Order: sequence, then C-alpha cells, then structure tokens
Amino acid sequence: MQEFLEFTLGGIAFGMIYAAIGLSLVLIWRGTRILNYAQGGMAMFTTYVALIVINHTGNYWEGFGVALAAGLVLGAVLERTVIRPVENKPPLNAVIVTIGVLIFLEGLAGIIYGGQFRSFPPAFSVVGLKIGGTALGVSRADLFTGGAVLAAALLLAVLFRATSVGLRLRATAFAPNVARLLGVRIGRVLTLGWALAGLIGALAGVLVTPATFLYPNSMDSIFVLGFTAAVIGGLESPVGAVAGGLILGVVLSYAGGYLGSDLVSLFGLAVLAVVLMVRPSGLFSTTATRQV
Amino acid sequence: MTLARHTGAALLVAVVLLILTVRLSPFRDFQIAEVAAYATAIAGLTYLIGLSGQVSIGHGAFMAIGAYIAAVIGLHQHWPLELIFLASTVAAAVAGGIVGVAAARLRGPYLAGATLMLAVALPSLANRYAGLLGGDQGLSFSVTTPAFLGVTFPPTRWLAWIACIGALITLVLLANLGRSRIGRSWRALRDNEIAAALSGLNVARLQILAFVISSACAGLGGALLAAVSAIVSPGAFTLTLSIGLITGAILGGLGSLAGAVWGAVVLVFVPTYVQDVATSHGLSSAASSNVPIAAYGVVLIAVMLLFPTGIQGGLRRLLGPVAPAASTPFNALRRRGPASEHQEEGTT
Repeated sequence: MQEFLEFTLGGIAFGMIYAAIGLSLVLIWRGTRILNYAQGGMAMFTTYVALIVINHTGNYWEGFGVALAAGLVLGAVLERTVIRPVENKPPLNAVIVTIGVLIFLEGLAGIIYGGQFRSFPPAFSVVGLKIGGTALGVSRADLFTGGAVLAAALLLAVLFRATSVGLRLRATAFAPNVARLLGVRIGRVLTLGWALAGLIGALAGVLVTPATFLYPNSMDSIFVLGFTAAVIGGLESPVGAVAGGLILGVVLSYAGGYLGSDLVSLFGLAVLAVVLMVRPSGLFSTTATRQV
Repeated sequence: MTLARHTGAALLVAVVLLILTVRLSPFRDFQIAEVAAYATAIAGLTYLIGLSGQVSIGHGAFMAIGAYIAAVIGLHQHWPLELIFLASTVAAAVAGGIVGVAAARLRGPYLAGATLMLAVALPSLANRYAGLLGGDQGLSFSVTTPAFLGVTFPPTRWLAWIACIGALITLVLLANLGRSRIGRSWRALRDNEIAAALSGLNVARLQILAFVISSACAGLGGALLAAVSAIVSPGAFTLTLSIGLITGAILGGLGSLAGAVWGAVVLVFVPTYVQDVATSHGLSSAASSNVPIAAYGVVLIAVMLLFPTGIQGGLRRLLGPVAPAASTPFNALRRRGPASEHQEEGTT
C-alpha cells in the first residue's frame, strides 16, 4: 500500500514534467500546425544557460528566471528565422527543420559545454517527505515541480481565456485568414506562441534536470515522453496534454516500480499504442475531420 | 524491358564497385560497406515517405530487428550468410506488417509519434532479455571470409562486397516495384487518398504493404550493418540512427533511389570529413566531435529552406530536362490552401 502511494505520487511528479513538454508542443501545434521536435533540445540549451548563471551568481532563482527568459527569446528567434519560411510548406519540411534545429542545438551544446554529465541543483530539498512516519515518495522539489507546472498551465489558461492576446492566439489557431481580415497581426501572434512554448519547455528543462543530469542529449527521452503525452491527449487540447502527461507518468512509475526500470519505455509505447488504437487522434480530440 | 534496364545498370555499378573496392584501402572499403548498408535502409524509407506518403521517424527500430536476428542466428546456428540475411529481412518485414496495420489508422503527427516511440522503446528489449540479446555490451556477429579467396584477402573487402550485393539487389527490386502497378497505386494514394479509394484501390492494404516492404529493406540494412561493424548493441540503434535515416532520405531527395544512395554517402562521409577539418583547425577533440553534429543540423535546415527536393532533385534540375517527378512528393504533401488550416494535415 505504501509502495503504491509512493509510485503514484512519484509518477504524478514526473507526469507534470511530461505535461509541461506536451503543453509546449500543443501550443505550437495549435498555432502553426508544426510539431516542434526541437523542444527538448531548446529546453536542454536553456538549462545550460541556467547552470552557468547559477554557477556564476550562486543564486538558483536568478538562473531559473534567466532560463525562462532564454526559452522565451529562443522560441521567438527560431520562429522568426527558420520556422517562418516553412510555415506554409508541406508539413514534412517543418519536421525536418525542427529536427535540424534539435541536432544543431545538441551539437552546439557539445561544442560549447562538452559532452560530460553535469549535475544541476534542484530548487528545494530532494529528501522524501513523510507524514507521520509514512514516506510519501515525493520531496519538496517534486512538490515545487508539480506546483510550478500547474501554475504555468493555469496562467496559460487565464491568458488564453481572459485576455485580448489570448483571444488573438485562439483566433489565429482556429481560422488564421479570418483573424487576419479582422486585424490580428498573425505573424506576431505566431511568434508569441513559439515564445510561450519556449518558456514552458525551459521550465520543464530546469525542473527535470536535477533528476537526469545535464548533457547535450539529456532531454531526448523526456521529450519523447512529453511528445507521447501530447499525442495521447490529442495535440489539440492543453487539458489533454496535462492529462496525457499524468497518465503516462503514473503508468510508467508503476511499470518501473513493480516490473523493472528497463520496461519503462516499452510501457510508454504500449500506452501510446492502446490509446491510438482506440482513438487514432488522441483522447481529447474533438474534430475528426480529415482533408478531402 | 524496365527490369532488364535496371539489372543492366546494377551490373554496371557492380563492376565499378568491384574495381573501386580492389583499388581502395581497407578503411575506404569499410566506408563503402557502411554506405551500402545505410543505402539499403534509406531506400526503403524513401519509398515509404516519398511514394506511399507515410512518415516513419522510427525506422532504426527495424534495422535493430534485422541486426539482432542476424546476430542471434549467427551465434546459435550455422546457417549460410544469405539465409541469415533473408531471415533478418523476413523478421523485419513481419514487424513492419504489425506496425503497418496500426499505422494505416494513423495520420501525420500521430504516426510520427508512434514510430518515434517505437524507436526509443525497442532497443530497451536488449537489456530486458540480456541473456539472449547481450544487454548493453551487445552481441558479436562475425562474418568469415570464404576460404577460396585466400588467406591474404582483406576481410573489409569481402564485407564491402556482401553489403554492396545486398544493396544492389534491394535497389533493383525497389526500382522495379516503383515502376509497377503497386508503385503507381502508392503515388495515387499519396497524392489523394480519397480519390485513390474511389478508384478502387485498397488504401489500407497498400499502406501496410509499403510499411512491410520498407521495413524489410531496413531489416536487411540492419543485418548488413551488423555484418560490417561485427557487433550489434543497443547503442547503435538509438534515436540518432532513426533521425539519420530520415535525414539521409530527405537530403538525397524523397522517393528517389539514387537520392537514397546520396543520402547514405552524406551520412557516412560528411561527419568524418567535418571532424577532420575541425580538428585541423585546433579545436579540442571533445569539441570537434560535436562539430559534425552541429554542421549536420545546419545542413538539414539549409537544405530544407533552399533545396527542398534534395541532392537528387538538384542534380536533375541542373543536368536533365525539367523533371516533375523529383518534386511531386512535396507537391503532394503541400497544403491545399490556407482555408484548410484547421483540418488535419499530413499525408492525405
């Protein structure tokens, strides 16, 4: 019973990371119909920036803030420079460009920082919390992870639903031409979408790296699982991404805990296969239209 | 007629390769063998993406299946080499069939996501069944040079011959398939799935067939690569390999078999070349080993933004008359218009 509680809570903590990556993918997918394979690489890069700032100043929160800002800028710059030319091209072109960005960032990180594993400090203590002698399987750092992702998701929801900028973002995703006719500066809105996605990705990177170490490929597996979370959720829906992340996190935690850690990625595949067999466009897909 | 032409071309290439492998150093032979193994796998992938219009980001998984089947059979049985390769091809084809059944239901990013996860998950089986598959160390797969070639015959030359024969047979078969009724049907459903279905084509069956054939090629390519590198380990079949394959297919030019060979050449030669240049410019070895990776990324982005039809498309534009065939895969995947922004995109 206690094991079960530990696995569940630990799974939720990791699930929030997948949810954050999934959320950033959904943001970009809704706006530009592009799957950003570079999301993990961007998060890895901004985490390096954070590490340098932390080593320099000795203050975790300065690094944290700089990483988020770097994610924001990186997202916007990438959209303006390399993504803009392929936005109205066949989807495969965008796939390749984002994979190119991923490889470039990983290579660049290797050139600048070297390939060795570096440890990255957590925000809070990673000692497991207890309630009356019962270990919960989560630490203060995990609680902060969950809280930070949840707060980011809620802020995004408020931004989308309650602000004029959010209305523009939604309008651009829903009907870009109509939005343009009504005076929305589509180009800026798309850049903003990428910038926000970069910020969420950077958040995920800073939160997960204490558990994985930092090296040029450190975000690859996290990205794949975040991607899986977004696909499970249906790519259209931010709520779906969070739900998909939590489902994946908990299932993988049970699989790793009860059956052995080498089965984790196979179980990820299994969850994905089952969901896609039942609903080929994810759990939270609303439209089933296909281009005729 | 077409068969004769393709076979003739292949024989010509075989003679050229024979002369090359005898003339060049063992290390170059090794690189030629690597190119042949990659070209085999990329050829299948370029048909899958460029002709049938399905995207697989996880083709490294099928190479892993082929390689492991070859290594396991090679360790436990005394089968002749061609039979081992055949078994690898068949095993990968069966796996491709299973994935293909699932893939026929999925479109665009969902298919990409599923295949991506496959590429990540499959190599972990090697650790789960470490007793059979050798865990992280992997299995060794050694090919003995036949006795009639003499004891002084360089083993890499024999490997290069094997790999090139495998690649040429694959390319000839694929070239014919592309010109056949099946190839035309694939193009039809790539360009417009609904119209293809209305014309009486069985879309799902054709899509599954495309997956079976392309994963069979990947399986053979994996077995050839196992023979060339003499070892099969999970580290060789990471996501990087899968991304490398799709990169090769796109750099060469989607749907083009000659492009697949170009892609394989780039995949094998460019990283070593760039690394040599970086080292000679005084970068430390740790940094210079990452230069090719970064350069690779830049090349990918640049090719996509500047020459979206790849090397073979560019060559055709430079050398031959206007050849629309080179650009069709991209036209087919292009969005029909901005008004359809909210509908599902992808391979329809």
